[in-house]
Amino acid sequence: MKVHEYQAKEILRRYGVPTPRGIVVDNADEARLAAKELGGRVVVKAQIHAGGRGKGGGVKLAKDADEAYDLAKQIIGMTLVTHQTGPEGRVVRKVLIEEALNIDKELYLGITLDRRIGMPVIMASKQGGMEIEEVAARDPNAIHREPIDAVLGAQPFQARAVANAFGLEGDAYKKCIDFVQKLMRAYVDTDASLAEINPLLVTKEGNVLALDCKMNFDDNALFRHKDVVEMRDLNEEDPLEVEASKFGLNYIKLDGNVGCMVNGAGLAMATMDIIKLAGGEPANFLDVGGGASAEQVKNAFRIILSDKNVKAILINIFGGIMRCDRIAEGVVSASREISLPVPVVVRLEGTNVELGKEILANSGLPLITADGMGDAAQKVVAAAKGAA
Amino acid sequence: MAIWADNDTRVIVQGITGREGTFHAIQCRDYGTNVVGGVTPGKGGTTHEGFPVFNSVREAREGAGANCSLIFVPPPFAADAVMESADAGVELIVCITEGIPVNDMVRAHDFLKKSNARAVAAGRTPSRLIGPNCPGIITPGQAKIGIMPGHIHRPGPIGIVSRSGTLTYEAVGQTRNVGQSTAVGIGGDPLPGTNFIDCLAAFQADPATEAIIMIGEIGGTAEEEAAAYVKQFVTKPVVAFIAGQTAPPGRRMGHAGAIISGGKGTAAEKMAALEAAGIHVVKSPSEMGQTVIALTRNH
Repeated sequence: MKVHEYQAKEILRRYGVPTPRGIVVDNADEARLAAKELGGRVVVKAQIHAGGRGKGGGVKLAKDADEAYDLAKQIIGMTLVTHQTGPEGRVVRKVLIEEALNIDKELYLGITLDRRIGMPVIMASKQGGMEIEEVAARDPNAIHREPIDAVLGAQPFQARAVANAFGLEGDAYKKCIDFVQKLMRAYVDTDASLAEINPLLVTKEGNVLALDCKMNFDDNALFRHKDVVEMRDLNEEDPLEVEASKFGLNYIKLDGNVGCMVNGAGLAMATMDIIKLAGGEPANFLDVGGGASAEQVKNAFRIILSDKNVKAILINIFGGIMRCDRIAEGVVSASREISLPVPVVVRLEGTNVELGKEILANSGLPLITADGMGDAAQKVVAAAKGAA
Repeated sequence: MAIWADNDTRVIVQGITGREGTFHAIQCRDYGTNVVGGVTPGKGGTTHEGFPVFNSVREAREGAGANCSLIFVPPPFAADAVMESADAGVELIVCITEGIPVNDMVRAHDFLKKSNARAVAAGRTPSRLIGPNCPGIITPGQAKIGIMPGHIHRPGPIGIVSRSGTLTYEAVGQTRNVGQSTAVGIGGDPLPGTNFIDCLAAFQADPATEAIIMIGEIGGTAEEEAAAYVKQFVTKPVVAFIAGQTAPPGRRMGHAGAIISGGKGTAAEKMAALEAAGIHVVKSPSEMGQTVIALTRNH
């Protein structure tokens, strides 16, 4: 799960991680008041779940409260397009008004899981403001990596190693050590999957603060973080994906015109791949889970068909414990209720597969049966082309 | 011969009185697996569907001689179940549970490492964890320890290792005419207990395995590491498929571990690394079976 910058900073403050003073608002009048309270000279920052906001025109410096008003007026309601939003962009609903600080250095500090070693790793680079992937591609040696024992937390020597890598001295050196340890605690305690401070700011006065902050959380751990769950912003998510999740369906919308309904994540990805190999374009990823009951299939049909690009649907179910005749009955009853507007190709495999195919064939519905994934992909791509 | 699971495997089911635990304990027993009991704290001493129930894994190990545990405990308590099994000295721990927090698994792995070090120092066999978020392991005709449909398998020379459940079944279905030595689902989580390399090494050493199907997917670098291992140590033919060639970056594709992040973990990178290691990479999931069969000795 993702949260907004202002929410991530709220979490950081709970752990004593220094951030600039800031107030989040959703209209220009409040932006003016907020700017006044923060001393006039502020930064107005668009709050959307995507990076690259500055380049897209969503982060601006205001010299006084009146300018903050003007900028907020301009940014709130705008559709912000960045390299992470896609061409359709995101509508800005809130801005964070933050005190402007005297910048001495901008650094990069991130924590994420290193899957290879099974430990969180701190990444530090002097090139703040740049994306870490870009730094990694250009000069991997410019990134200091510090693996941390999640049980023990960041030890003082490890935090010092980070401060050393930044080349800090004096007050800033000490404050950085404290910052790193507190950030690590926040990361582990909240079950974050990413905590990225970019840039990490060193002010001319020697203070160390999180100028920007991005936090992602482990979906599997949300059951023990009600406060984080409350921060979820459905405006930032695809409405169809939100709808699908209510029925336990894992759906991700794509740009093609061949809808697919599959049991199991790996098989669902493989089904997308084979559609592409057959010359088509998948319209979605959809994992109906193990059961594939009539109710699940019906909901899945509804979700897939809400995407008007869909010209044909491929159902690919490997009946494991569940028998194919039961799955076929489910598909038939769901198809009757929905009255399908597009051709549907069904590929079943597993127990009682022949019986399943018979049920499909005798249903009187325009269901096309297929043998194997290759055959199914050919048939559904042809059907989509015929319908288009 | 086979790897890790065979006629001598004595299984207890952790969470045996739950819905999933009950159903699959019976399914495994029906297949012929030696299911010797189950564990549900607080229900020790009772019998459930003919299985003796124990309060703890230690009691089950001592009372029923279990050397393997199959875990169906809900996500918030599953990592604890893994650690309990390791502490009791269970040699093979198969965790089916999906949705365990990553931090819980980080701690469980840490625990396993230490408990295995103690086991080795004391001359005992260390524990192997398979999963979590996996279908389990099956040696056709001997032991089914997991949720896979047993009847699609038959004994034969193909070893299968996969990050995906249903894609494993797909590979099994495609090799139904020759059969499988052992099929291992290592699971879709970012931190699997057993990885590709563990399985490849075991299949290489297993006389019953002639050729291997390896099914990877986007996210992480496990496939690249496996490629390097195969190049150096595996002489048996390996066929690989990578799911997610069309997956968009930055999106988690169902499995917790299946995500392309920061441009890393793409199918293209993995396929290139596998090909460079001399592995037969198939672009289409429908070609796994025919490709591996063509590479087996008796074809």
